[in-house]
Amino acid sequence: MENLGLLMDGFGAVLTAENLMYAVIGVLLGTFVGVLPGIGPAMAVALLLPVTYGLDPISAFIMFAGIYYGGMYGGSTTAILLNTPGESASVMTALEGNLMARAGRAAQALATAAIGSFIAGTIGTLLVVFFAPRLASVAVDIGAPSYFALMVLAIIMVTSVLGGSPLRGFIALFLGLTIGLVGLDLNTGQTRLSFDQPLLAGRIDVVVVAVGIFALGEALWIAAHLRRTPLHVIPVGRPWMSGEDLKRSWGPWLRGTAYGFPFGALPAGGAEIPTFLSYITEKRLAARKGRDEFGQGAIEGVAGPEAANNASAAGTFVPLLALGLPVTATSAVMLAALQSYGIEPGPSLMTDQPELVWALLASLLIGNVLLLVLNLPLAPLWAKLLRIPRPQLYAGILFFAALGSYAANLQAFDLFLLILLGLLGLMMRRFALPVLPLILGVILGPLMELKLREAMALSRGEVSGLWSEPLAVVIYVIVAIVVIVPLVVRRVRPAPAAVAEAEGLHLTAEDEENVR
Amino acid sequence: MTTIVVGWTPDEYGEAALTRAVEEARLRQGRVVVVNATRGDALVDERYADADQLARLSAELTEAGLEVDVRRSLGGEVGDQVLSVAEEVSADLVVIGLRRRTPVGKLLMGSVAQRILLGAECAVLAVKPQA
Repeated sequence: MENLGLLMDGFGAVLTAENLMYAVIGVLLGTFVGVLPGIGPAMAVALLLPVTYGLDPISAFIMFAGIYYGGMYGGSTTAILLNTPGESASVMTALEGNLMARAGRAAQALATAAIGSFIAGTIGTLLVVFFAPRLASVAVDIGAPSYFALMVLAIIMVTSVLGGSPLRGFIALFLGLTIGLVGLDLNTGQTRLSFDQPLLAGRIDVVVVAVGIFALGEALWIAAHLRRTPLHVIPVGRPWMSGEDLKRSWGPWLRGTAYGFPFGALPAGGAEIPTFLSYITEKRLAARKGRDEFGQGAIEGVAGPEAANNASAAGTFVPLLALGLPVTATSAVMLAALQSYGIEPGPSLMTDQPELVWALLASLLIGNVLLLVLNLPLAPLWAKLLRIPRPQLYAGILFFAALGSYAANLQAFDLFLLILLGLLGLMMRRFALPVLPLILGVILGPLMELKLREAMALSRGEVSGLWSEPLAVVIYVIVAIVVIVPLVVRRVRPAPAAVAEAEGLHLTAEDEENVR
Repeated sequence: MTTIVVGWTPDEYGEAALTRAVEEARLRQGRVVVVNATRGDALVDERYADADQLARLSAELTEAGLEVDVRRSLGGEVGDQVLSVAEEVSADLVVIGLRRRTPVGKLLMGSVAQRILLGAECAVLAVKPQA
């Protein structure tokens, strides 16, 4: 109950005309970038980070919250109308959603996605309100060895469990860790990997890394594949749904939420697994009821995964706020934003910065409402955005990328770094390396080093100090299970991709590339 | 044999151009080459016909007893793509549909029609849809 009181205070902070305006801007911007495939919410937050330097942290985070949820909603719009899921989380939505749209039920598919997102996002955020403070109050007592173990768990999960190829994941992770090493060693004052370049001694700004990899990398990749056969967007009016649709949707919404939230809240988020589970569950339930429309555009197949997707997005705020552990690209960039305001993320965040945390949670709920109110009527307009020619669009993105990287430190040298990192981003896309492990490596690497050194100092250099706490031992056991079980399971059972195929889902090479 | 190239889009302007091109082809006992082009630099281009639309168009024209060649093309400027087809088939006439455009709109977006009018080796017939 105490939490609800604090949440009310949060609403008090957010519900000013100025902050509501930032929330509206965030939701609109987020949807704008979410609709366009290839530009995710993570890129949007990274690009807009420098724009918000002038704002106070609360206003900035209200805007980021809007961008996050708006981006997710926009992604599902494109998935349904165009069958090009912008991120792996909306692949499952695209399957049935596009079939519905082809069958002339685009309005209903968009409506069930939007309302499902709203319900899952709201329930998910309320669960964060409930769980995050509890976890944080426990987490304050976590020692350096356990904290280090937690971060190991997070990066291992993100790198090896999510995404197709663990090898590619680890390549990206180590690239990120290396970038995180550049600069002054805070313990000894030595410079590392700085090539006698004084400007490199001050560490590479996370904003420059994020903008370079996300924005410049994507822009170069698009420039290399400029002309492609245009697609046809399915025309749509204002989304609406009948009572019958509603009756069929509410079950999947709630089940999807139940799947999504725990997966997001674990320090190994990602919406791929819960959306997949939700899809399979709804398909089986529909078959049992003898009303299996899967394969012809079943509304359950849109409602469930879309709810799971948003619930998991909300769930990722639990580790982010309570532990300072980001598990998605967007929350990683948000963590970088916190750091740029001089706020140290971690278990003490909730006690040090209660106004900020509760305002952020309140703005997540408000962003959700705004999304529903603004975006249901605007759906036809968003579909028009897809006609913007790429050269104009990416020129705008490059402008913001350059502006942002320069504004971070007012150093022309950062623009040079931006170009280098952009080329790295292009190469990563070319060789299908996932971006998330790299960003996590850059952000968590220095934090891990800090905790590792702390743990080693406590044990006077004994390596066994790393597993001196029971919690750390438990976490390392989980890490071992996480690494070994998939290897065993893959021996015994076919990979999820093969299962998906057996379930009659056909992901073509083109789809996979779009999901990239 | 007279060859008539028509720049076609699946909208009223393309329709107007095609109707006129068919009339001309009948008159001169010629054949019609339909070009549907895009720059392919946007995710969605409604003026680029899908396979169904082109097949339907092709069937309709053949049924009407015309010799017809339907092409799709993806490349740089749409106007240049039409011109290069015209050159390739040694067209005697290019028919295009004109859309109304404000001076500012033309400045910003350029004009496919202008490019074709100025660049074509043969005669160009520009038609407008009936108001």
